[in-house]
Amino acid sequence: MDKRLNTTVGSLKLKNPLLTASGTFGFGTEYEDFIDLNSLGGFIVKGTTGEKREGNPYPRLAETPSGMINAVGLQNKGVEYFCNNIYPQIKDKNPNIIVNVSGSSIEEYCKVASLINDLPSIPAIELNISCPNVKKGGMGFGVNKDMAKEVITEVRKVYKKHLIVKLTPNVTNIIEIAQAAELAGADSLSLINTILAMAVDAEKQKPLISTITGGLSGPAIKPIALRCVWQVSHNVNIPVIGIGGIMNARDVVEFMLVGASAVEIGTANFINPSVCTQIIKDLSDYCDRHKLNSITELIGKI
Amino acid sequence: MKYQKELVVFKKEKLNPACFLLELKSEEPLCEILPGQFVNILVKGVAERLLRRPISIHDVDYKTNIISLVVQKAGLATEKLSLINEGDKLDVVFPLGNSFPTEENHPLLIGGGVGTAPLYYLAKTYYNKGIKPTVLIGARTEDQLFLIDKYKTVADVYFSTEDGSIGEKGLVTTNSIMNGSFSAILTCGPTPMMKSVADVAAKKQIPCFVSLENRMACGIGACLCCVTDTKSEGNVCVCTNGAVFDSKELCNM
Ligand SMILES: Cc1cc2nc3c(=O)[nH]c(=O)nc-3n(C[C@H](O)[C@H](O)[C@H](O)COP(=O)(O)OP(=O)(O)OC[C@H]3O[C@@H](n4cnc5c(N)ncnc54)[C@H](O)[C@@H]3O)c2cc1C
Ligand SMILES: Cc1cc2nc3c(=O)[nH]c(=O)nc-3n(C[C@H](O)[C@H](O)[C@H](O)COP(=O)(O)O)c2cc1C
Ligand code: FES
Repeated sequence: MDKRLNTTVGSLKLKNPLLTASGTFGFGTEYEDFIDLNSLGGFIVKGTTGEKREGNPYPRLAETPSGMINAVGLQNKGVEYFCNNIYPQIKDKNPNIIVNVSGSSIEEYCKVASLINDLPSIPAIELNISCPNVKKGGMGFGVNKDMAKEVITEVRKVYKKHLIVKLTPNVTNIIEIAQAAELAGADSLSLINTILAMAVDAEKQKPLISTITGGLSGPAIKPIALRCVWQVSHNVNIPVIGIGGIMNARDVVEFMLVGASAVEIGTANFINPSVCTQIIKDLSDYCDRHKLNSITELIGKI
Repeated sequence: MKYQKELVVFKKEKLNPACFLLELKSEEPLCEILPGQFVNILVKGVAERLLRRPISIHDVDYKTNIISLVVQKAGLATEKLSLINEGDKLDVVFPLGNSFPTEENHPLLIGGGVGTAPLYYLAKTYYNKGIKPTVLIGARTEDQLFLIDKYKTVADVYFSTEDGSIGEKGLVTTNSIMNGSFSAILTCGPTPMMKSVADVAAKKQIPCFVSLENRMACGIGACLCCVTDTKSEGNVCVCTNGAVFDSKELCNM
């Protein structure tokens, strides 16, 4: 292990800045044939809701220039299933397993957060106030600073460990939402979630996904994500986790330079299931070339 | 266990205007691969197609460590893949998905278009167990068929073509071989074809297993993009619970 890659996000100690993004890494175990889960800084599991959800109808995926649009719609078996069936299987695989928490009401968010709070091997939750796929909830909370504040305040009352709030880019002023989240008690912020987008089949003259609009991810969104991380990290006093189109070590460095203390790898895992192993190695090479004693020297240089 | 490996393009051969054969060679011995499983290939250099392409396994040779695929040029990524040269390397994740049933005593295998590809390895698996299966292949015209002589070495092969250029004229479902008695139908092809095949199987009161080709992002059960709606479990992943399903389980079959 290369100690130069150690970083922290508030109370979370990561052996390197790599987390994997919710919804792109299953429960981690799907990737075990390709990657040592314990080599990651941490991993973030699928979006979890109060009750089981079927998600949206197929087709849920369209490929677009340098990216993809998804409309999975939070398909998951619910928080109780996670606690009873998934958690026991994964709890020892990495010290930083984080659960992505979603809901369509404040009560639902609080229910999920409080049940996860009781799991000793989960040091943090990532509150998804930003998923653009679910018609009720998700989107609603993250685009309005008062609603964001309300849900975070309530979750803060029941959740005692590290609280990451994940922000949507689909807003007029992301700084305003970030500051509201900080005030309401977030310990850190992660951004960005997918960007609301659309793809059309010209031959069939129809939308390519069942919900018509969905969330854009992949390299196409990286410039927007960098801009958001830069804006937010310079306007809050809590750590920021950068997400959006990260494909390689150079992208990780870019996000750290604009203020990220750690990053999440999403769509890249689909393209290369062992991409994180490669990135970790390449970050060490970067430290060599730039004579860094710690990768954290990069954070917020720009 | 799934693997991500660099495989060498050992052979590339044009089969007809739309399809080509790819033989991919592994340096190390191959793991066990089941009929109906697929590979997920990274096709580099197409900005609009970042994701891997799922392709069914057409044949496996454990002596030479070669996996064969039949690929149809369907769009940007498969067009690009058709330009690859022998000796080039491909990043491949395999083997993915479940398997066709291999314990039937009198199976009828029905393929439509490029969906015929995985039926060779399936037929060979039966043949090697001492059961010579019946294979019915549907196509628009004779030109669209591929590797027929190879299929004939392991199966009794019948054809249905829309123009009657080979075999019986018409759809697979009206082929007279369908009147025979079989223990199950195993099929891969266009969805409308598989639907009508499943209807025939239901009338004959025999099981029908279909192989789906849903759009995939990860191929390993992580993204939930590839789901199909099932009667007993709701949305399940085609890449891990399938791609082969009992047609009776599927809501839209
Ligand atoms: C398990 C499995 C096994 C397969 N086996 C084989 C095989 O053995 N041989 C083979 O040739 N192919 C096989 N396929 C299909 C193959 O993966 C696709 O044809 C290929 O990925 C297409 O890529 P492309 O970029 O060339 O074409 P694309 O341009 O991506 O797509 C081709 C067609 O699909 C349509 N399309 C695009 N997006 C969507 C969407 N979101 N939903 C529905 N339709 C859409 C397009 O309009 C176009 O007509 C298999 C697929 C699966 C899932
Ligand atoms: C298929 C898919 C499913 C996702 N599901 C979730 C989810 O459940 N909760 C969430 O907060 N974000 C979800 N996301 C968003 C990602 O976590 C990430 O924020 C986004 O994809 C941008 O990063 P990327 O460009 O590296 O993929 C999902 C993304 C994809 C592609
Ligand atoms: S393609 Fe990702 S779950 Fe099937």
